[in-house]
Amino acid sequence: MASVAGAVADSYNAGFLGSPFSLSFTPIDMPTSTRLASDRYPVTVIIGLEVHAQLKTQTKLFCGCATQFGMPANTQVCPVCLGMPGALPVINREAIELSVRTGLALNCSIPPLTKWDRKQYFYPDLPKGYQISQFDLPICADGYLDITDPADPDSTRHIGIVRAHLEEDAGKSMHDESAGVSDTKIDLNRCGTPLLEIVSQPDLRSAAEAKEYLSELKLLLTHLAVSDCEMQEGSLRADANVNLHLDVDGKKVATPIVEVKNLNSFRNVQRAIDYEVERQLVAWEDSGETINDAPKRTFGWDDASERTFPQREKEESADYRYFPDPDLLPVRLPRDMIDEIRSSLGELPAVTRTRLQNQYGLKFYDADVIVNQGPAMIDYFETAASHSGDPKKTSSWIMQEVMRTIKERDVEIQSFPVPPNRLGELVHKIVDGKLDNARARDVFEYLLDHDENVDTALAALGIEAVGEDDLLELCRELLAANPQVVEDVQGGKQQAVGALIGKARAKNPNANPKAVRQTLLDLIAQA
Amino acid sequence: MLDSTSTILELLRSGDATAREVTEQALRAIGATQPSINAYTHVAYDAALNAAEAVDRDRKAGRPLPPLAGLPVAIKDVLCTADMPTTCSSNMLRNFTPPYDATIVANLKRAGAIVIGKTNMDEFAMGASTETSAMGLTRNPWDEDRTPGGSSGGAAAAVASGTVPLSIGTDTGGSIRQPAAFCGITGLKPTYGRCSRLGLVAFASSLDQAGPLGWSVEDVAIGLQAMAGYDPADSTSVDQEVPDLQSAVATDNLQGVRIGVLRDSIDQEGVAPSVRKAVSDAEKVFTDLGAEIVEVSLRHSPYWVPTYYVIAPCEASSNLSRFDGAHYGHRQSAQDADGAVDESLAKAEPLEAMYRASRAAGFGSEVKRRIMVGTYALSAGYYDAYYNQALKVRRLIRGDYDTAFESVDLLLGPVTPSPAFGLGENIDDPIAMYLCDLFTVGANLAGVPALSLPAGVDDEGLPVGIQLQAPVMQEAKLIAAGAGFQSKTEYHRLRPSGFIVS
Ligand SMILES: [Zn+2]
Repeated sequence: MASVAGAVADSYNAGFLGSPFSLSFTPIDMPTSTRLASDRYPVTVIIGLEVHAQLKTQTKLFCGCATQFGMPANTQVCPVCLGMPGALPVINREAIELSVRTGLALNCSIPPLTKWDRKQYFYPDLPKGYQISQFDLPICADGYLDITDPADPDSTRHIGIVRAHLEEDAGKSMHDESAGVSDTKIDLNRCGTPLLEIVSQPDLRSAAEAKEYLSELKLLLTHLAVSDCEMQEGSLRADANVNLHLDVDGKKVATPIVEVKNLNSFRNVQRAIDYEVERQLVAWEDSGETINDAPKRTFGWDDASERTFPQREKEESADYRYFPDPDLLPVRLPRDMIDEIRSSLGELPAVTRTRLQNQYGLKFYDADVIVNQGPAMIDYFETAASHSGDPKKTSSWIMQEVMRTIKERDVEIQSFPVPPNRLGELVHKIVDGKLDNARARDVFEYLLDHDENVDTALAALGIEAVGEDDLLELCRELLAANPQVVEDVQGGKQQAVGALIGKARAKNPNANPKAVRQTLLDLIAQA
Repeated sequence: MLDSTSTILELLRSGDATAREVTEQALRAIGATQPSINAYTHVAYDAALNAAEAVDRDRKAGRPLPPLAGLPVAIKDVLCTADMPTTCSSNMLRNFTPPYDATIVANLKRAGAIVIGKTNMDEFAMGASTETSAMGLTRNPWDEDRTPGGSSGGAAAAVASGTVPLSIGTDTGGSIRQPAAFCGITGLKPTYGRCSRLGLVAFASSLDQAGPLGWSVEDVAIGLQAMAGYDPADSTSVDQEVPDLQSAVATDNLQGVRIGVLRDSIDQEGVAPSVRKAVSDAEKVFTDLGAEIVEVSLRHSPYWVPTYYVIAPCEASSNLSRFDGAHYGHRQSAQDADGAVDESLAKAEPLEAMYRASRAAGFGSEVKRRIMVGTYALSAGYYDAYYNQALKVRRLIRGDYDTAFESVDLLLGPVTPSPAFGLGENIDDPIAMYLCDLFTVGANLAGVPALSLPAGVDDEGLPVGIQLQAPVMQEAKLIAAGAGFQSKTEYHRLRPSGFIVS
């Protein structure tokens, strides 16, 4: 693979579509004047997403090969995933279970029987000449995912799920067009990796909603531990179907549907949709072409130029000649197996998000951040909150100190050096007035490197509560040395005491700033 | 000696023959017959002798030996062998050696069998005469101007010419039974799922099944016992114990067994008188053995061949997609040696041109015909009218068998409409060739086991076969009835003239 240099394009599962042997580019000029089109006609953007999530199985979908990412090319292969003559597939039970898990979490119905079909096309990264997929009896059907409305965080949008089906991934073609030669190398490590293709209804109305849907889906899939959803590793990929419904003088006009393939980041999904919306408006202005003239087209996304581009289509590419795979028996999904999986699902992220707001009084944003970090963070928060007695303060400590440390030290919450009960005790000290935030941060920093309880840490840092007499004496000294401050405060500038708080802490770091402030003001008032 | 599995095993066990002697004799027989018969695509001289010597050493050392230790067998070239080429008699795979043994090959090796070579076949098992082989045609040992049948023509001829006592073929629409009948030997197509398909290069996955060919029912029972069994690596393999088939051979009493004669097929136009006579003679033999003969008909049998010739090409068109020149097998550039590009490929992209050139050069015309038919029948707009319709009819055909087996234990009828036909006689007439499968494809469509037995000789001295069919997983019933039949008849003892007797 070292020799693959120059323009390297990943043509995942491209089939005849977007054949990289004919990667043609048709840039579209977009004069700024026509951008006004949307001001003239009310436009509704119609988006449906097809998401391919790689399932976190130990082995591939139909053979015993490992699915580890980033291994040397063609090292995780066997006769089955190489499509050797005489080789036969055997279904991976774990993939079935993970799919059912996902389907149930997406409110899908799980049919009692699911079967396998061959989707046929010729391509070098598809060694059998067909992909084993599911055509008319997908493992999950007819569900939905509720997402937060990006335009109004207090309301939700109900996004329908048409189906979710299992299929094997294709390999990877790498095209080297350097030095004027066209050379293609094939890596079949990914061939046979289980994918769950989740197809939404065209219920999304903006790029922001598409991004919200993807985020929520990714959260759900990682929460369920069915997929790693690493977009840069290709374990989550999306195709976006986009078109526009224009209201032209009261008449509804639909533009041709464009499927933008292989979007490999949330950002690209948004940018591709935004670009398509503009492009389709311009194209419609130019040509007047509607869905009746060209029902569906396939486009690619070029990251460098930030444009979608039409992929060449062939007449026959539309006909995959699906038929039931005679090498595999239909899979029966018994009720009790489905029930067992359902009962093991636990609380799903959307429910947790609401519960954190109701039970602990967190704001939506805070609850959302915690939930987005996954089940381990939710556990961490709940345990810490139960020890601190102040969930809101606990959540702000997590958002600031804990998450910052996770980032800086590159650690997981599961192995975070300060266990949740200890963080809770620390926050409790603040709530009790025994520690101020600044000193608590010192203790936290100390605890990051010392596996000790909070009281031991306080002793080690020499932190002890300053007695009332000591505090009075300290304040008297400061006032005596700074008559100007006394004068200022008496003149109505209360904030003048601020200057003394820092001085107090310089003399005795354990002095609680709040207490210092109050004592100073009391003394001045008595003076 | 090389015409009886049980005799060879007895000689080997008693020490009256060494495995090396038996293997050398088989290799000599191949040397003598190969130039005229051409039953083999590959002969494993060194590997076979080495394996034989290993058996002899083990026997000398008193180590326990598996049941078939030292028995030479030939394997149809559609079954993967890790130490020999597996060509499917196609230019596409002329230089292909798989990285693994088919499960049934591994089973036979584990049972001690010595794989002596690979046998010729119709290309990718598509044909009924072994004339579509890219490795040259195989001749019928009974009459070298006739075909040995197909597609397992090499496997049948290897036995009938006395080179091995047992060979392994595959049967998708009659490819074991028809050549067995043409070559005067016994052939058994087991229940679909009885023998693993792992390593059987698929023609039509829902119909393919490997099975043994030998002179007698006893010999094929020995072969089936060794190769059969559940294989978790084949999802369509059946998880059921293989019964003791030897004890079924010992049965010569068919008291209480009801045999249904398929009168409709016998009376059909175009069935040779010698075939009709063989079936009616067999009825008498079975009656004498105590069986009760009744008449049955399988209502949808007129639809067998049309149904088969939709389903099999559909599956084949898909199974053979992997032979595209990209990963293994024949690859051809669109350019000829002088760099000139074939006119029909000039406008194609380089990748597509490579696919088209490779497949055009790698496949023979019968294979291409079936790929075309299957591709067409699975295409949008035709799927329901052809493939889906064929699946529906297939269910009716299975239903016919279920109904029939409610009242009878076995079905009796012809294997083929006629004895072996001449070389070149049907090769330009695909329909005539397809009609060779008239009586055999039912068992494949229904998945039931079926046995082809030598049961007559025609005026020209050619062997004539009969067919017994049983309910799924009831091979023991077939073997009992077949062994009973052979205990009262001598047809399985007839040998072609010039047969090597040693
Ligand atoms: Zn594999």
